[in-house]
Amino acid sequence: METASKMEMTTNVSLSPAKKIDWVEMLFHGLFFLSAMVGVVSVITIGWFVFYEGLPAFKEAGVLNIIFGKEWLPPALYGIASMIVASLASTMGAVLIGVPVAIMTAVFLAEIAPKWLANIVRPAVELLAGIPSVVYGFFGLIVIVPAIETLFNIPAGNTLLAGVIVLAIMILPTVITISETSIRALTPTYKEGALALGASHIYSIFNVLIPAAKSGIYTGVALGVARAIGETMAIIMVMGNAPAMPGSLLEPARSLTANIAMEMSYATGIHSSALYATGIVLLAFIVCLNAGLLYLNRKRGHA
Amino acid sequence: MKKVIGLLTAVGLMTAPLVQASTVTVSGSTSVAHVMEVLAENYQNTTNKSVEVQGTGSSAGIRAAKDGTSMIGMSSRNIKPNELTPKTKEIVIARDGIAAAVNKANPVKDLTQEQISKIYRGEIKNWSEVGGEARPIVVVTRENGSGTRGAFEEIMDLQRSVNGHTVTAITTSAQVGNGNGMIKTMVANNPYAIGYISLGSVDDSLNALSVNGVAATDNNIAAGDYQIARPFIALMNDDAPATAKSFIEYIMSEDGQRIVAEEGYIRVQ
Repeated sequence: METASKMEMTTNVSLSPAKKIDWVEMLFHGLFFLSAMVGVVSVITIGWFVFYEGLPAFKEAGVLNIIFGKEWLPPALYGIASMIVASLASTMGAVLIGVPVAIMTAVFLAEIAPKWLANIVRPAVELLAGIPSVVYGFFGLIVIVPAIETLFNIPAGNTLLAGVIVLAIMILPTVITISETSIRALTPTYKEGALALGASHIYSIFNVLIPAAKSGIYTGVALGVARAIGETMAIIMVMGNAPAMPGSLLEPARSLTANIAMEMSYATGIHSSALYATGIVLLAFIVCLNAGLLYLNRKRGHA
Repeated sequence: MKKVIGLLTAVGLMTAPLVQASTVTVSGSTSVAHVMEVLAENYQNTTNKSVEVQGTGSSAGIRAAKDGTSMIGMSSRNIKPNELTPKTKEIVIARDGIAAAVNKANPVKDLTQEQISKIYRGEIKNWSEVGGEARPIVVVTRENGSGTRGAFEEIMDLQRSVNGHTVTAITTSAQVGNGNGMIKTMVANNPYAIGYISLGSVDDSLNALSVNGVAATDNNIAAGDYQIARPFIALMNDDAPATAKSFIEYIMSEDGQRIVAEEGYIRVQ
């Protein structure tokens, strides 16, 4: 009888929730929630601020005149079409050169390289990620710019091409690291299956491993693109920053980011607002990029 | 240990406003900031009062002086009538020449004001047209809104009117660098480049052109012979604190003006 009631009590204690409020638990719940909100609040604040400051320019000059206008002549004309072209061209160029190199490096590190070599290459790539962009810019200015001058026999090497090359190098670490991780994360069955069916190592890499690691590689490429389109300092140093529409890769160009960074300190009134408007366009590109990535990865999730 | 840190923080928090109040804040034109920093350093050494100098650009400096966000504003261009209220005083503290500079390897040593103007308009495109090698001219300019660019456009007649606004007439295919240092690097590294910088920033890395046969020297600017020159202006509200006023007095004193001259600018007193 006694034992039974004791048992009953024990069960009651262990199964019913504690009536006392667990303050420590609540405190940490709150702390985690607050931490999670820091990012969200930052995005909202930045978005609101950029739109608040940039909308007067759109009102004054007109959305179409800003986005499709070819002449940047503050305080009269605020066309940023040439800068949109420059940003897109430099980013696409960097992706065309950088991504194949990066994916092959990732495959090399994950599949081909002997361990000792991978242990040299990997830290080198990671170090590349830590180099400040002003150093990339300086490297571009003293190595790539003069090289372009001699190679193409043009008077000034501060061109779109110089920007493309510097950006291609800058996106390497991002794409390599994420692609390598996603290739390594594949279950060995993919590769074993392919090899068992008689596929060569190279055939299985290109037709089995890379397609299977696609979503990770997409993420790496998207982050690389985001880095390229958002890069400012290095671009200012090597691309010449002329606001004219670039006619070829061998002409100077000004990216959206360079436009904001170069003129912000001096701009007043609508000119300053037009720079925020440039920021809105940049923000729109980044949002499209992320939306595209979500779409690509969701499609794969369903397949 | 925690107590000590807490105590230090508390003392720090309490004294922070005091430190700020006695610090003279100066902001504006990056060109003026160059000499202002040296003036501030010497002033601090002799009087033990602290001065904080920030190079934010002429327009920002004028705004800061007007709003009172800085005690003293700096401008390297003439101030437009609608930019100031009557209670803000303009004090010319020095004069500066703008040098048109080329690479040391460039045989061209002298250009007329007209030729420089045409080069920047994009009408003269080859060095052979002005007595140099048969190579394209690489035009290098400062960014829109920079005080040096504003002064250069004003003096060299590089302005035109679009939709009722005064805008730049500098060719859009010109390379743009932000800051005197960037222009110096670009010109020093390209044998076919031409740029313009504050005379005070000219050094051995490039060659300052003489304009209309007049060399870019202090004496020629003071005499009014060298054409590309501009004032350095300090702006202060009537109700500025006494510390700011005494700093301006120092700048206009014999000691202050000697430093101005030592830094490569032209004294006004």
